[in-house]
Amino acid sequence: MYTFLLSKIEVGSHLYINITDSLHFHGETVIVTSLVVAAVSLLLVSGTSNLQKVPGTLQNVLEIVFDLVKSLAVTQIGPSYYSQFLPFIATIFLFILGSNWAGALIPWKLIELPEGEFSAPTNDINTTAMLAILASLSYFYAGFKIKGLGYFARYIKPALFLLPINIVEDFTKPLSLNFRLFGNVVADELTVAVICSLVPFIVPVPIMMLGLFASSIQALIFATLAANAIGEVIE
Amino acid sequence: MVDAIVSAASVIAASIAVGFAGLGPGIGQGNAAGQAVEGIARQPEAEGKIRGTLLLSLAFMESLTIYGLVVALSLLFANPFVG
Repeated sequence: MYTFLLSKIEVGSHLYINITDSLHFHGETVIVTSLVVAAVSLLLVSGTSNLQKVPGTLQNVLEIVFDLVKSLAVTQIGPSYYSQFLPFIATIFLFILGSNWAGALIPWKLIELPEGEFSAPTNDINTTAMLAILASLSYFYAGFKIKGLGYFARYIKPALFLLPINIVEDFTKPLSLNFRLFGNVVADELTVAVICSLVPFIVPVPIMMLGLFASSIQALIFATLAANAIGEVIE
Repeated sequence: MVDAIVSAASVIAASIAVGFAGLGPGIGQGNAAGQAVEGIARQPEAEGKIRGTLLLSLAFMESLTIYGLVVALSLLFANPFVG
């Protein structure tokens, strides 16, 4: 019987692109990330370039997404400031959703690589670390922009003795965002891979569906937490 | 010999990490889901709001398990103690 692999377990092997001796990129992550960015941008531009009074299918879908992200931003940041941070939150949401689904929906194993394997960009801890750092930079920016130097009053807010805890929180917030997203994506892929190696027929499909659902929830969670951090700072 | 002991200890540590990381969030998620069902039974018209909040908080609890999983995975695949 002719069989072929659609995916396989590989942890820690990457397709390295060496620029210099000390500078190298994880090739598969860079390539899939640019594909995801291109696909999402194309979708958004083609869906919104020709807006109609009576929306077509694509415009309808995009309006639903916009309503979702907007309601998220309004509840977390508040009605007076949300519009400044809506693009950032929507970008993070769409990028994470796109990359999680790109890893789950496209049979990357059909493309042979000398080393490593194409998979979701969020399967690489560097991507999620970058997103987490962006989220924390954005709440610093929001605090300084809206509160000015009064931003620092936040650190002694309930009482002075909480100062160390508040400072540590600035570091643990991106760390936990990072590990949450990375761990969830890797856990999804590992579960599917293990079940595929046990029963490579029909049985993994519900797990894959669960993975799709969980990864969209993770995109929502990440965007919610990024918005929540901003809202906490400027409240 | 030392490497073998370190590997064995890492495998045991990974399994303990996942096991205990699953324990607490499991109890917490059970509590949360039970309370949500109670809330829906008492007030069926609030189902949408309850579901949204429930999913969000379940994902938070899930992430605690995931921390354990990350520790276990790094012990299994990227062990810093095996030379």
